[in-house]
Amino acid sequence: MTTSQDAGIFAEGLGKRYGDLWALRDVDLAVPQGSVLGMLGHNGAGKTTAVRILTTLLRPTEGRASVAGHDVMSEAAAVRARIGLAGQQATVDGLLSGRANLEMVGRLYHLPRAVARARADELLERFDLADAADRLVRTFSGGMRRRLDLAASLVATPPVLFLDEPTTGLDPRSRIELWSLLRELVRDGATMLLTTQYLEEADRLADDIVVLDGGRVVAQGAPADLKARVGGERLEVTVGSASELAAAAAALTPFASDQPFVDAEESRVVAPVAAGVPLAEVVRALDAAGVDTTDLHRREATLDDVFLALTEPTAIPTEIAA
Amino acid sequence: MTALAANLRFGLSDSLVLARRNLSHVRQIPEKLIDVTVQPLMFVLLFAYVFGGAIAVPGGNYHEYLMGGIFVQTLTFGVMGPAMSMATDLGEGVLDRFRSLPMARSAFIVGHVMAEFAAALLGLTVMTVAGLIVGWRIHTDVPHAIAGFALLAALAFAMLWLGMLLGSVVRSPDAAQGIVFIVIFPLTFIANAFVPSGTLPNVLQRVANWNPVSAFAAGLRTLFGNPTATPADAPWPLQHPVASSAIWIALLLAVTVPLAIAAYRRRTEQ
Repeated sequence: MTTSQDAGIFAEGLGKRYGDLWALRDVDLAVPQGSVLGMLGHNGAGKTTAVRILTTLLRPTEGRASVAGHDVMSEAAAVRARIGLAGQQATVDGLLSGRANLEMVGRLYHLPRAVARARADELLERFDLADAADRLVRTFSGGMRRRLDLAASLVATPPVLFLDEPTTGLDPRSRIELWSLLRELVRDGATMLLTTQYLEEADRLADDIVVLDGGRVVAQGAPADLKARVGGERLEVTVGSASELAAAAAALTPFASDQPFVDAEESRVVAPVAAGVPLAEVVRALDAAGVDTTDLHRREATLDDVFLALTEPTAIPTEIAA
Repeated sequence: MTALAANLRFGLSDSLVLARRNLSHVRQIPEKLIDVTVQPLMFVLLFAYVFGGAIAVPGGNYHEYLMGGIFVQTLTFGVMGPAMSMATDLGEGVLDRFRSLPMARSAFIVGHVMAEFAAALLGLTVMTVAGLIVGWRIHTDVPHAIAGFALLAALAFAMLWLGMLLGSVVRSPDAAQGIVFIVIFPLTFIANAFVPSGTLPNVLQRVANWNPVSAFAAGLRTLFGNPTATPADAPWPLQHPVASSAIWIALLLAVTVPLAIAAYRRRTEQ
């Protein structure tokens, strides 16, 4: 059991209700100082609600949380002085220049004017925005806005950072650049909570992962553990008619690391497999079972697979699983 | 420094930082200034020279009469600026940034009020100069003139808070703009702002006599020594326009300030 004296992020039984709907329920979190928690989930899973509660923007309906050693409700001001937030919609002012945005944030953290100015210059340089520093932010590209947003969250070098889907909507190259920036921050000892829809992102950056679904934590653990539970790759087999699904699933079972999932609507069987599964043998096994295979391919596990594996363990009809 | 003094100092400096931000927006979107500069200038010139010849004011010159009305109309349209900037900010992510910072809680609203008030004072200056150009003069002594400008500033302040309230309850800046036009236009025309209320048909005359816009315009005319053209049978508010203006402003502020703050809280702390 951790205590709120520790300087990381802690939550106990956190819940937020809107009318009859719980956007978040029974969430416990423990992010020790200097570590990174990846919060994984689809849109509407409760990630942003959790971030908004932990950054004092929203009052929880129930439960308690502390950030950097201070209670998010009774000591909100102390929490705000110790956190940085990069929100899901880039939380910078489009009608100010990049430099003016950072200076304004510095002033609102109560840095002296000269310090705020110097810090803005330093961050613009570091985030490769120095050339665009005096342009209005509304002329920035999505990637530049995200970088500026991240820079704004670092102005006062806060010990705890919250990043809500920092790479959503970015092109692959900007995403990789942002990941390397985030890894630098982690190396510098930041405590970080990062929400994402991408398993790969959580895998690359986080020490621990929490999977949210429908406002609840459905799984948590180190990335390696979760991936082991989910299996690394997927084999997807589409058959000619639904009556062949059972035979296809049975033929795939010897190659699978876990029970194959049958998607009757799409006439498809999805089997978790270890890397390097011999595809030729799979085809022979399907052929021997008399399955009319119309498509077969191997792919990386996706967030959907994580959810299927973690939230619906009984989705496989019993006569096939048997 | 005591904790209270520190709070006050940060409250003030944070508000100034945000006021400066709002004023920089005006620099980026000069159209924002049109409401408070070009529009009143246009109204002064149009009314003075287009209608001026056609409208007779008992006991005086129309240009002198007109200014009280133009002042009030422009300040009443001053609802627009704060309504638009509040509605815009409340719909954007940047508010989350502000609220996650250790700034004074009041600074966001106070910053808006400071910036909008500065814009309103600029508009007042433009109108005063335009009025002097078309022949408007102050005929009273210095204390009355000061009271006249104080009434102008107080009216600007009250309208600003009405705008803050409107901006905090509408769902988009466009909605705010629509409401302002639909409500404020008739409100400023069914009054004595541009024509003496005695010239209006019976029902409209009654509305105009009780319309606070009329009280404000007559109040300014009284304090600046311009013709008021108040009908002899006008109701109490129009017979005592300075006192009734003060009461209207106090009432407006007593309602809009707490409601605007409550609406802002509801929007942000649900």
